[in-house]
Amino acid sequence: MGHSEHTSHDNHHQEVYEYAVHHSEEEGKKVRKRIWLIFWVLLFITTVEVLLGIFWKEMGLAWGFIKMTFIVLTVLKAFYIVSEYMHLKHEVTFLKNVIIVPFVVYALYLAYHVLTEGVYSDMIANWLY
Amino acid sequence: MSSSVSLDKNSAWEGNNKSPFNAGYGKLMMWFFLVSDALTFTGFLASYGFYRHYYGSMWPTAENVFTHFPFMHGNHPLLFVALMTFILIMSSVTMVLAVEAGHRMDKKGVTIWMLLTIVGGAIFLSSQAWEWSHFIHGSELGAIELGKGTFTMPDGSVEMTKGVIARWADDSKQTLLLPWKDAGQYISVTGDNMKELLANGKEVFGANLTRNEYGHPLFADFFFFITGFHGTHVLSGVVLNIIIFFNVIMGTYQKRGHYEMVEKVGLYWHFVDLVWVFVFTFFYLI
Repeated sequence: MGHSEHTSHDNHHQEVYEYAVHHSEEEGKKVRKRIWLIFWVLLFITTVEVLLGIFWKEMGLAWGFIKMTFIVLTVLKAFYIVSEYMHLKHEVTFLKNVIIVPFVVYALYLAYHVLTEGVYSDMIANWLY
Repeated sequence: MSSSVSLDKNSAWEGNNKSPFNAGYGKLMMWFFLVSDALTFTGFLASYGFYRHYYGSMWPTAENVFTHFPFMHGNHPLLFVALMTFILIMSSVTMVLAVEAGHRMDKKGVTIWMLLTIVGGAIFLSSQAWEWSHFIHGSELGAIELGKGTFTMPDGSVEMTKGVIARWADDSKQTLLLPWKDAGQYISVTGDNMKELLANGKEVFGANLTRNEYGHPLFADFFFFITGFHGTHVLSGVVLNIIIFFNVIMGTYQKRGHYEMVEKVGLYWHFVDLVWVFVFTFFYLI
């Protein structure tokens, strides 16, 4: 992506800082093309999710499989939104890691505890309340 | 055209005349805020998933709850929420197009795309209000919240009935459906058995924080809390967008030489869309 490649020319003014907030008309054209491409991808994934949600019983598919498909598609959608629309894919590596690593570590930690310590519910599985 | 902009010392981090993250201080702080906010939503959805599993068949399935569509009769599960999802994705696209226009210093472009984003957000909020209103008022048929008693299951086990929500099989009110084992599995109860359940139970219509005609009241609590918390984010996003929109019109960012502020509210707006993607999956699909 052109607009993220900032020119790193030497700057001799001590009081001046720089970062990428501009791009040219030609780069803009490419960026817009990319934005609409991602829009169609997101729309396609959402359409698949909704159709699966309505018709999965008629299609004779197992609920466990459908559930995992939904989660995979959702994470895929999240990836496209964060990497392209929130522009994280084009940020410097250090910034990417500072954002992604703490979140993923904590989310996996939470999922681990819900899945392992959630077995408490088996003890009272036969109670309706 | 130069692709970098000069910043004074107060707007960027120290570091050899280059912002170490190649981003302004405000944008960086917006990212850190979004990480903490994402963790909050992760916690909410994890606890939702836990209780959904915990209560099994007591938990209502969304396709039985959200079946309405404006100006249409009959049963249309998922259709309205699919439209809401589309509106939010669309407003995400207009937002990112506003950011792109800002990179080209195209004031007119930023103005138009920001305005469309605000409109999209407003439509989403009204849709959510409509959805809440339908959930709160419930169906015409209502449901029966069972009172104290027991019921023998087909496998011979005896279950307590207190608090269980039994739904009518159809408009004739001749058959009650009791939830059993997995979500979507029911036991039909008719005749004297049904009359006994009716005598001990009471009718419920719609949902609030303590009653829910569609199933376990915790479902309603989670629904109001998580979609409400998300809706509050959308509302504050729209307010932020409106403030930035007026700044754009007044030429604040044109004078400043860059539109990074649009990028910052853009990040927040995309995050709101991102959270909805997960709410859509865990509340409506699964």
